[in-house]
Amino acid sequence: MGDDPVLLLALKVATLACVAVGGYITTVPDLQRFVVSEHGWMTAELFVTLFAVAQAAPGPNFLVVTLLGWSVGGIFGALLVTLAAILPTTLVAYFVAGPWERHKQARWRIVVSRTIAPIAVGMVLATGALLTHSAWGGDWRRLAVTAVTIGISLFTRYNPLVPLALAAGLSVLGVL
Amino acid sequence: MSEQVNSDAPAPQATVTELFLRFGMIGIMGFGGVGPWVRWLLVERTGWYTEEEFVNTFALANFIPGGNVIALATIAGVRLRGWPGALAAILGLCLPPAILVCAAGSLYLRYSETEIAQRILGAMAAAGAGLIVAMAIKLLKPMRGSVRGLGMTAAVFSAAFLLQLPLTTILLVLGPVSLALALVMRS
Repeated sequence: MGDDPVLLLALKVATLACVAVGGYITTVPDLQRFVVSEHGWMTAELFVTLFAVAQAAPGPNFLVVTLLGWSVGGIFGALLVTLAAILPTTLVAYFVAGPWERHKQARWRIVVSRTIAPIAVGMVLATGALLTHSAWGGDWRRLAVTAVTIGISLFTRYNPLVPLALAAGLSVLGVL
Repeated sequence: MSEQVNSDAPAPQATVTELFLRFGMIGIMGFGGVGPWVRWLLVERTGWYTEEEFVNTFALANFIPGGNVIALATIAGVRLRGWPGALAAILGLCLPPAILVCAAGSLYLRYSETEIAQRILGAMAAAGAGLIVAMAIKLLKPMRGSVRGLGMTAAVFSAAFLLQLPLTTILLVLGPVSLALALVMRS
């Protein structure tokens, strides 16, 4: 398979999908390292921007990998990388759904959830910190945008699109 | 799947086309993630799942690597229409938004050299980062009183962000620690 970027990325995404307990978001630090520092396919700024584009668009959050595949290898890249992300999850879901249904009250279910929860939360937190750092880029107004977004998200029930649209609007007006 | 459960209740009905269209609709409507919409679809809109069935399935989906919406679509699709159902649900959920995402991405790349596009997307990236941080804080809330939970979270965060260790390393090293603590400690 050599060093075709699309195949390398698809393989990486599939591998990460197998270990992404707590959702695809937990793999973002690994993904960024892979496409930015290890292979130099894009800058950290482009990565975090593509991430923002994927967040602003509707659909499952993991579609950021579709966009990565697309920017690395066009339509073929988008398709292959998306499949690579979906397939492991689908297979696992198919095979564990049965046993899970049959052991509703089992203690192992509680232990599993207590084991995984802090790992997932820690990874999401690390993802947030990494994206904040990449988006910051030395401009303090960007950090303020991040802080205000956190506030809106925690203390109001607005749609996530509101802070994204607000940030876009303010930058069109030249404030940001 | 289960021999005795729900044998007297009528099995929910859905065609493959219906699965594709309904999941396609929430795929397009789901700004900022489709998780809440899946619940709305399966429980409130169609009644394919009871409240309790959904909570139970959702708990499972959260532990399946790669993301709970794909897992939910798979499980619901298989339950309602077997493998073709799962395929229809996943395609519906992913295909329309994937096309939209790529269109948005190509727009961005076309105008990325212009100063205004740089400013807009820089600001949106900062807001997007804030959404993720806020999500992490919300997830932390149920762990408030748990020294074990908060300590493990801090350890995983440090390993991933400060030490920049890969996810697999973190799982191999801190996974067993988390399991041991979950077995030994009460909260």
